[in-house]
Amino acid sequence: MKERKFGEPLLTVENISLSFGGVKALQDISFDILKHEVRAIIGPNGAGKSSMLNVINGFYHPQEGSITYKGQKRSAMKPHEAARQGIARTFQNIALFRGMSTLDNIMTGRVNKMKSGLLAQALYVGPALKEEMRNREFVEHVIDFLEIQAIRKTPVGRLPYGLQKRVELGRALAAEPELLLLDEPMAGMNVEEKEDMCRFVLDVNDEFGTTIALIEHDMGVVMDISDRVVVLDYGKKLADGKPEAVRQDPVVVKAYLGEAH
Amino acid sequence: MLRFRSVTRAVAVMSELDTFPKLLRDRAQKFATRPAIREKEYGIWQSWTWAQYNSAVRDFANGLAARGLGRGDKLMIIGGNRPRLYWAVGAAQALGAIPIPTYADSVAEEMQYVIEHAEASVIVAENQEQVDKVLEVIDRCPTVKLIIYVDPRGLRDYDPAQIVSFENMQEQGRDWAKNNPGHLDAAIDAGQSSDTSVMLYTSGTTGRPKGVVLSHGNVMSNAMAMAEFEGLNEKDSVVAYLPMAWIVDHFISYAQQHITGYCVCCPESPETFEHDKLEIGPTYHFTSPRVLEDSRTQLMIRMEDAGAIKRKMFSYFMNVAERSGVAIMEGESVPLGDRISYALGKLFVYGPLKNMLGASRTRLTYTAGEAIGPDMFNFYRGLGIHLKQVYGQTEASPFVTVQPNDQIRSDTVGIPVEHVEVKLGDGGEVMYRGPGVFQEYYKNPEATASAKTPDGWVFTGDTGIFDRDGHLKIIDRTKDVGQMADGSMFAPKYVENKLKFFPEIMEAVTFGDSRDYATAFINIDLGAVGDWAERRGLSYTSYQELAGHPDVYDLVRRCVEQVNHDLAADDQLSSSQVRRFLVLHKELDADDGELTRTRKVRRSIIAERYQPLIDALYSNAERCQIETEVTFEDGRKGTIGGDIRIDTVDTYEPVAKAS
Repeated sequence: MKERKFGEPLLTVENISLSFGGVKALQDISFDILKHEVRAIIGPNGAGKSSMLNVINGFYHPQEGSITYKGQKRSAMKPHEAARQGIARTFQNIALFRGMSTLDNIMTGRVNKMKSGLLAQALYVGPALKEEMRNREFVEHVIDFLEIQAIRKTPVGRLPYGLQKRVELGRALAAEPELLLLDEPMAGMNVEEKEDMCRFVLDVNDEFGTTIALIEHDMGVVMDISDRVVVLDYGKKLADGKPEAVRQDPVVVKAYLGEAH
Repeated sequence: MLRFRSVTRAVAVMSELDTFPKLLRDRAQKFATRPAIREKEYGIWQSWTWAQYNSAVRDFANGLAARGLGRGDKLMIIGGNRPRLYWAVGAAQALGAIPIPTYADSVAEEMQYVIEHAEASVIVAENQEQVDKVLEVIDRCPTVKLIIYVDPRGLRDYDPAQIVSFENMQEQGRDWAKNNPGHLDAAIDAGQSSDTSVMLYTSGTTGRPKGVVLSHGNVMSNAMAMAEFEGLNEKDSVVAYLPMAWIVDHFISYAQQHITGYCVCCPESPETFEHDKLEIGPTYHFTSPRVLEDSRTQLMIRMEDAGAIKRKMFSYFMNVAERSGVAIMEGESVPLGDRISYALGKLFVYGPLKNMLGASRTRLTYTAGEAIGPDMFNFYRGLGIHLKQVYGQTEASPFVTVQPNDQIRSDTVGIPVEHVEVKLGDGGEVMYRGPGVFQEYYKNPEATASAKTPDGWVFTGDTGIFDRDGHLKIIDRTKDVGQMADGSMFAPKYVENKLKFFPEIMEAVTFGDSRDYATAFINIDLGAVGDWAERRGLSYTSYQELAGHPDVYDLVRRCVEQVNHDLAADDQLSSSQVRRFLVLHKELDADDGELTRTRKVRRSIIAERYQPLIDALYSNAERCQIETEVTFEDGRKGTIGGDIRIDTVDTYEPVAKAS
């Protein structure tokens, strides 16, 4: 294996604070995500991990602090604007269209790439037809990549949980993101499904050069696949660094794993 | 003297195009614009014509030549059914090198054995999974100089000096050919019919796998005789889904394809095979009793969930098919009423069913490998699926007997293939001789000498008999046919097949040689029994728990009793009735060495691993504790323990011989 190389910071968050009424979800958080990196955000329940992802993709607007994405300081931004700038995500609780097929669900990930009008799309003529074919081709590559050919036409509601997670990853990939946010991609999976998912995450990172930020509970997974780890606890940053270093950090051990049992 | 005429014609063709590379060159002219191979990728069937097939093979062959591959070198192929892997076979043959397709699911040590034994210098692997397996053992395999992969995914960071993509090789080939334009054709012209065309490692029920060396002449003679016998032509199509390492896939998806010019279709992935087969609708298909059994079980399970009207229609028309379907297919006289019912059934049930099975266009389906129950055979034949049995082995490249269209039975394997002689040796062992007989086992003269007599007869290791019409019937492996303590015959496979004919029973292993009575290990079919349990509201959390459930034992006991009842009617085998049985706590698995890669039971290994269970079967014990080591898919090992119940079954008095 070659030494992994990373680029400039793709995203930098500085002194982010977010509160809901009196609840301080995030306090003075700063870290950066380098291009081509797999960055993990870990922490106990309620540490503010999902809030952090929601801040990054524009769903929450922090009261304080700044976000710099691709070298530009970002003002308050809506999620669809973030999507248009190349940030895609998956959700902790699967958010797919259950009655639609795998293929159609992943096609929805291409929505930002479709330019033709509603009428042309409905009639399926001219440029809309070409556009559809182009997008379908891309989606087929995603399906091939995730090895879900066999469930292409299956309604996702009928799929087992692990495969639904994979379809959700597919939909995020269909958007050709530069930054992919994964909210607990392995939660609720069995060992085999987790191993598959790890391989896909690494392959995405490797094959498309996609930068990945993921929230994960399974320490084994985090230590295996991430390049750097941010540890949050009660909305505060506890540690930041390479997995080996973080694992040995006594503060982290205490907060995350509890006192020695 | 019909026989004589076709011999001369075959010989005439063979004298000019006596190797597969020469044949391919000819096909690229003759069938230039016809499809040669298809692959479903990105949801669409991609096709290559014979002209494109030829140039793809040539580019790759030139690439191999540029890297120094030449006559006699070995090229190992590992992966699923992919056009590029078939091209690799052709490219190696063009250079006079020897292709060795291997099982995609073999573990690293098995691969290492083949690489070392064959001294392979180039490995063509399908994807990262296979490349990783090769890399795991490469330090111990100094002969390997080059690894080529088909699917680049996940392989970008690997050392590019030693690990090259298939496309890159083709590119190198095109460049190299500019400076060496005549090299490839000269190599093809230098090939002879007696040259080795392929080496196939047999999975073998005992010991290390043996490398069966087959010449172009071996494979071609058999492929040609069978194609002519069945009237195959360039308009046929097949779906490639059997392991490439198995002679049958090499025969159908490569040899007969080259001979007839038909199109081979590669499914998108093994999981999509059923669906892809449905889209292609192959006209020629090879299947196994196991697959037929699975799809019939699936069908029955799904019918139980269908609406009342559909269920009624299904059972009515299936009765018609059972009664008269086979007779109609074979052109016998059938009452008019049944003819009309069958025609209606064809419209409403058989047609749609055949379509669901991907058999709408199929005009020839072979089944082989295991015995097939008469009920199941007639089930498919009744639907109008032209199912027939063949018999063969890798050493015969591969077919020895085949059933003629007008003489199809469920209990025979047919008459000898043209140019093949068959006789019965000592103890009824089937022996054959002919142009397809293999050259040798690679680097194993002792094994060769014990398998093949100096005058060319090959021992099959199967016991058989000829019936009155000259049809061969296979009873069992010769070494497995045993004797009970009272001297009567014990044919374990025969009993196991009867047991396995129940959809609830996945696998059965019987014991009885030199014993007072017969006993059995049963593996339940998780699909069928699981569904059965669900319908009855039985809850279970694991295979093991389901297998040990008292209701499941009752279910299995009824099956065993039915088999005993049938056996009682056969005076030769009435003492093979199963007296005690148990349901195993885990599925027999090839990864644990209990089955071969082609899913045949390895009796001796099972007997060794489960010795305490066998002892318990031959005692009065009602339960037995066992710890078994299992190998997971990623190669890790663990143990499964279980407390297994042993059940006693009713046996029946032999039915007195009529008259």
